[in-house]
Amino acid sequence: MNKRVLIAALAASLGATGFTAGAMAAEEVNIYSYRKPILIEPMLNAFTEQTGIKVNAVHAEKGLLERLKNEGRNTPADIVLTVDIGRLADITGAGLTQPVESEVINEAIPPAFRDPQNEWFGLTARARIIVVSKDRVADGEIKTYEDLADPKFAGKICTRSGKHPYMVALIGSMIVAHGEDGASEWLSGLKDNLARKPQGNDRAQVKAISEGVCDVAIINHYYLAKMLQDDEQKEWANSVRVIFPNQDDRGTHMNISGMVMTAHAPDPDNALKLMEFLVSDTAQEMYAQLNSEYPLRKGVAWSDQLKSWGEFKTDDVSLADIAKERSTAIKMVDSVGYDQ
Amino acid sequence: MSYLQHRVRGLDFSVGRDIHWLIAAVFVATLVVMPVIAVVDLAFNPTENIWPHLVDTVLGYYLFNTVVLMLGVGISVFLTGVTTAWLVTMCRFPGRQYFEWLLLLPLAMPAYVIAYMYTDLLEYAGPVQSLIRDLFGFSSSRDYWFPEIRNLGGAIMLMGLVLYPYVFLLARAAFLEQSAAMLEASRILGRGPWKTFLYVSLPIARPSIAVGVALALMETLNDYGTVDFFAVRTLTAGIYDTWLGMGNLGGAAQIASLMLVFVLVLIGIERFGRRNLAYYQQGTHLLPLPTYTLTGVCRWIAIGACSLPVVAGFFIPLIVMSRYAIIYFNKSWTVDFRTYAFNSFFLSALAAIVALAIALLVAYARRLHRGSVTSVAARIASLGYAVPGAVLAIGVIIPFASLDNFIDSFMRKWFDVSTGLLLSGTIFALVFAYVVRFLAVAVGQVESSLSKVSPSMDMAARTLGYKPLEVLLKHHLPLIRGGMLTAALIVFVDSMKELPATLILRPFNFSTLATDVFQYASDELIGESALGSLTIVLVGLLPVILLSRTISGSRKAP
Repeated sequence: MNKRVLIAALAASLGATGFTAGAMAAEEVNIYSYRKPILIEPMLNAFTEQTGIKVNAVHAEKGLLERLKNEGRNTPADIVLTVDIGRLADITGAGLTQPVESEVINEAIPPAFRDPQNEWFGLTARARIIVVSKDRVADGEIKTYEDLADPKFAGKICTRSGKHPYMVALIGSMIVAHGEDGASEWLSGLKDNLARKPQGNDRAQVKAISEGVCDVAIINHYYLAKMLQDDEQKEWANSVRVIFPNQDDRGTHMNISGMVMTAHAPDPDNALKLMEFLVSDTAQEMYAQLNSEYPLRKGVAWSDQLKSWGEFKTDDVSLADIAKERSTAIKMVDSVGYDQ
Repeated sequence: MSYLQHRVRGLDFSVGRDIHWLIAAVFVATLVVMPVIAVVDLAFNPTENIWPHLVDTVLGYYLFNTVVLMLGVGISVFLTGVTTAWLVTMCRFPGRQYFEWLLLLPLAMPAYVIAYMYTDLLEYAGPVQSLIRDLFGFSSSRDYWFPEIRNLGGAIMLMGLVLYPYVFLLARAAFLEQSAAMLEASRILGRGPWKTFLYVSLPIARPSIAVGVALALMETLNDYGTVDFFAVRTLTAGIYDTWLGMGNLGGAAQIASLMLVFVLVLIGIERFGRRNLAYYQQGTHLLPLPTYTLTGVCRWIAIGACSLPVVAGFFIPLIVMSRYAIIYFNKSWTVDFRTYAFNSFFLSALAAIVALAIALLVAYARRLHRGSVTSVAARIASLGYAVPGAVLAIGVIIPFASLDNFIDSFMRKWFDVSTGLLLSGTIFALVFAYVVRFLAVAVGQVESSLSKVSPSMDMAARTLGYKPLEVLLKHHLPLIRGGMLTAALIVFVDSMKELPATLILRPFNFSTLATDVFQYASDELIGESALGSLTIVLVGLLPVILLSRTISGSRKAP
């Protein structure tokens, strides 16, 4: 009795596998994505329309690296899409990627935004900007990230958790600019100025300013763009003014969303097609128009929102260098008790 | 002689023949504990040992928050659950028959959803504070004081509101199963309602209440959605911080292993509650329970005590959610929606059935072989509850992928065919994860029900020549039907709410309602997430209603 059940279960699972294997035979490419599905699906659909290649996706913000690692050479995933440099560096560092030699990609993406060894590539850039209350903070009162550690802003600043990849990358860029001690001093000054324990995502910080909980916040620029398009959140977004920090020195810290090809990609040809599509004019324009991200490809039209904020100076330090400071940055967050 | 020995030991009436039950139980326990072992193994063999750093900086803080949260929620669910269960079972007051099932409703409300809804309601821009500003003419949050909900106190309050039904459910089942004769005796001996409650009913219900509180606390320990949203950094939050923020899975597994200690303590408390207790009740189920009719102020206090948790834990968040679901209906109602709902339902049902079958196996094996082996097997089978969803997912990935890769290598070597990944990334892995995660619920419930079936029934049946399986199927199952259904339905609802493991283990292009809700809510798009939340709650209600009917049906209300 028990034995029969076991055999039946085994047969059923084999049957199911046979089915998936059959489905795989069609023209397909599989991605693991850290990105939110709504932000990436339009580009994937456009790719399928153009090439007839179906895109299968697993979207998750957690655990994809471990899944990839354990699946080893049998992984079904061809490409991994991420939202920040940290995860790109993690996946590459774990030896789960393969170098991609593509003229098309190399011409489209500037060298600072891709791996010198061609393991990872940026797709879009996001600026880590400062927003301040229009009513309560005077013009020119804050010009740099460094200003945020000034004691005169005690109890006035809101940010998300210091452990979030966007904050970690920002701290990493401070380490590159000021060394470990300088960055630690800055972070602890910033912590002393916090109006509340770090919480929520970047949208929540803007909301907090509009509610009078704090006057200053650090956010990624496209959150504000998205909020301005939302009927309910427009009011929060309109209560703040945008500051692109450090225009008189190194420039504003930029992070990237990016992609890698997995080391054991079952279908590297189709994977390459998708990667090249994502840096094409069509896809890059979609990123700019739909998500208000800064396209990394030169000459792609910005959305009106991006245009209204204008051109600004970006911190051109290599992202690979920032990624190297990641572990130090995270430990710093614990040491200064940033999230407590 | 040997018969007498068994007789004296009370429960062990196996004669060494039914060894296959023992083997099956041990086998299942081994299977289920694999992910836990994988996690503990990671903890002891981290790639970069971050433990000293954690101990120096944040661990104390995580521990403090966790202990306070558990104490708070524990007290809250005990008081709410036991009080309401006693009132609706033993007292008569207007609306009692409705409260019987109304009080279960918050069970359908995921903690993270109620957290989103109350934040929306009580935050600065929400209706409550807006009203206060209008009434008193304030213009900014600096003009007045309003309690902040996004903190430890808020987390305790909201988790208590959605977790008390575990205690209510089990306490009520225990109160319903109590012997009318015993209560009559207590009355005849001159004890009033309070003393009867304290000295007769409460001690009798202690095992069930202990299981209920332990379940609620394990949920608390495991919660990530709420504490993350409220910025309360507990051990679970610490696991995610360490794993995702620091990219150090080994460190995360170390904290997870520390949490295992908490769970072992909880299990220990539950065991301790049951120590040396063997009381069997039989033949009195048909007698109506002697009840107390409440009058005057008492009646209103009872109504108030039963209304508060239902209104606060269910109806208020439901109204907020429904309002958003209506406003955002056109945006949210897509063809994919039904697919997600079906996926959720199907996976959860499968997990519930499998978990119940395993729970019966383990619990019955334990009854047949009352010894340390089965006892350990039963406890081991419950350990998965301790591991947070995301870490458990990693624990599932590791053994599944190695098995897949082993088969693949074997087939490549000997037959020159690649079998690829057979189990990883399939629904099988997902259901396995749910079962491991929620088996403790099923085992606890089935054991507790089975323990109330007098062993003399087994003895009688065995004497009449029935085999153990026949005794289980023909005799025990009908008796513990209520408990079994409870077990299956709790697993069902829990699986449907489960989020982190689903996100990580799911197959390509596969979503459930929970992942859909999370996708929006994590981006503070509470409006867009409302329809999904509402569906989870409503679908979760069906079994809850069915459940309450069965429980009442198990003893006809007088």
